[in-house]
Amino acid sequence: MANRRQEAGRDALAVKGWWRSYRWLLLRRLCQVMVLALFLCGSWSGVWILHGNYSSSLLLDTVPLSDPLMVLQSLASGHLPATLALSGALIVGGFYALAGRRLFCSWVCPVNPLTDLAAWLRRRLGITASASLPRWLRYLILALVLAGSLLTGSLLWEWVNPVSIAGRGLIFGFGAGIFLLLALFLFDLLVVEHGWCGHLCPLGAFYGLTGGAGALGVTAAGRERCTRCMDCFHVCPEPQVLRAPVLDKQSPARIAGRDCMTCGRCVDVCAEEVFKITIRWSSGAKDE
Amino acid sequence: MARTDAPGPARRRFLRDVTRAACGLSAVLVLLGIRTESSRASGVRLRPPGALPEPAFSRACVRCGQCVQACPYQTLKLATLASGEAAGTPYFVAREIPCEMCEEIPCAVVCPSGALDSGLPSIDAARMGLAVLLDQENCLNFQGLRCDVCYRVCPAIDKAITLTPESNSRTGKHARFLPTVHSSDCTGCGKCEQACVLEQAAIKVLPRELAKGELGHHYRFSWLEGADGKS
Repeated sequence: MANRRQEAGRDALAVKGWWRSYRWLLLRRLCQVMVLALFLCGSWSGVWILHGNYSSSLLLDTVPLSDPLMVLQSLASGHLPATLALSGALIVGGFYALAGRRLFCSWVCPVNPLTDLAAWLRRRLGITASASLPRWLRYLILALVLAGSLLTGSLLWEWVNPVSIAGRGLIFGFGAGIFLLLALFLFDLLVVEHGWCGHLCPLGAFYGLTGGAGALGVTAAGRERCTRCMDCFHVCPEPQVLRAPVLDKQSPARIAGRDCMTCGRCVDVCAEEVFKITIRWSSGAKDE
Repeated sequence: MARTDAPGPARRRFLRDVTRAACGLSAVLVLLGIRTESSRASGVRLRPPGALPEPAFSRACVRCGQCVQACPYQTLKLATLASGEAAGTPYFVAREIPCEMCEEIPCAVVCPSGALDSGLPSIDAARMGLAVLLDQENCLNFQGLRCDVCYRVCPAIDKAITLTPESNSRTGKHARFLPTVHSSDCTGCGKCEQACVLEQAAIKVLPRELAKGELGHHYRFSWLEGADGKS
């Protein structure tokens, strides 16, 4: 029998204990805070590890890192970025493509804690979906962002990109952008469940498209133990990717949907230990 | 707590109305917030040294803020959503903190995208803007006083700003020394504007496309034969 949304994870807490039912969530928060701390420790303590912000940065004064979508927009608008930014985009894009799908979204992106908070409040307060959007909308937005840069010859999306705004705000101080993030939070909380990360964000769409063949991923390896409590569906920001691997015994157990963020929340909240984060081609990830 | 899983129609309607109200309110908040912020924006905003011309600059800049971090004088700021410039791009306001014209040009050196040209031969080749003595009616030198502050602080003194002597027709026996800016040497660093002793600076640094006129291309000056008559 399915559990209530408010109580998702309660069984896991009782069966597996506190650490193993919050492990991936805590590791994720730690990772997000650490990336932010690497950016901030330079201006706070003078020890520069990462110059710049999430759009483009320099690691230890040597390794360039750039947001590949930012560089793509710049290219589309008609500017060939200098080698530093180009190679930075290749490094970051290549890393996430090899490492796994949408790892940026759940492990690095500064907007993720905000949207996670909205989703958690939604479950706690029992707010039911009051509007729905198609999940493919983000791919359309991604196409429009690039086409918009091409047509207008400017980085159109960067006027409103909440990911850039949040990154810049955290590192350089917030300006009017804080209002946009507030609106995004309310949108996620009250209008569309997982509205931003799950339906609209073109950067997430980009990483979804490029990271499909990445090494890391979630596998419903123990799905014969599944009791259909639906806890994983309640907490998953992209529950559509769970349907076939968990419920359809004919389908491969590896979660193949490109929208999966490899956030590991399903692993945490499952009392029956159905899920595992695995490296592709390792024994645990083999399809039964 | 005994609560039915299926919300009744009244609760559903209430939730829907609350949602709509909150969304409407947040939309208004966003607009008001942005409006307030942009009305606070003041001063002419200039780009860092080596910046590409404006439309090219905003499409090249990746909004990483490394130039801001590299500037030792906290001169550079990042534009926000309401600044007028593209959000996240760097600027400075000369009257607040002018460019100190570091010889190594650290801001341009760290730019990863080429929006700031790191190949600038020297900071004297920077053209961040052009100083213009906008208000001759209040400039003290134009009154016949010897203020000269803009001239004295200019890093390119006697090249970018010179003093042009002229007889003072008010007294009939004194001279006025009129600050004169030369576009060939002015880097637009903004030190003159910052140092101007008036409540509102009489000399202001403007973006060059705003400050400069453009001669009709068919004009030829007879005294400039060497350059085909072109200035």
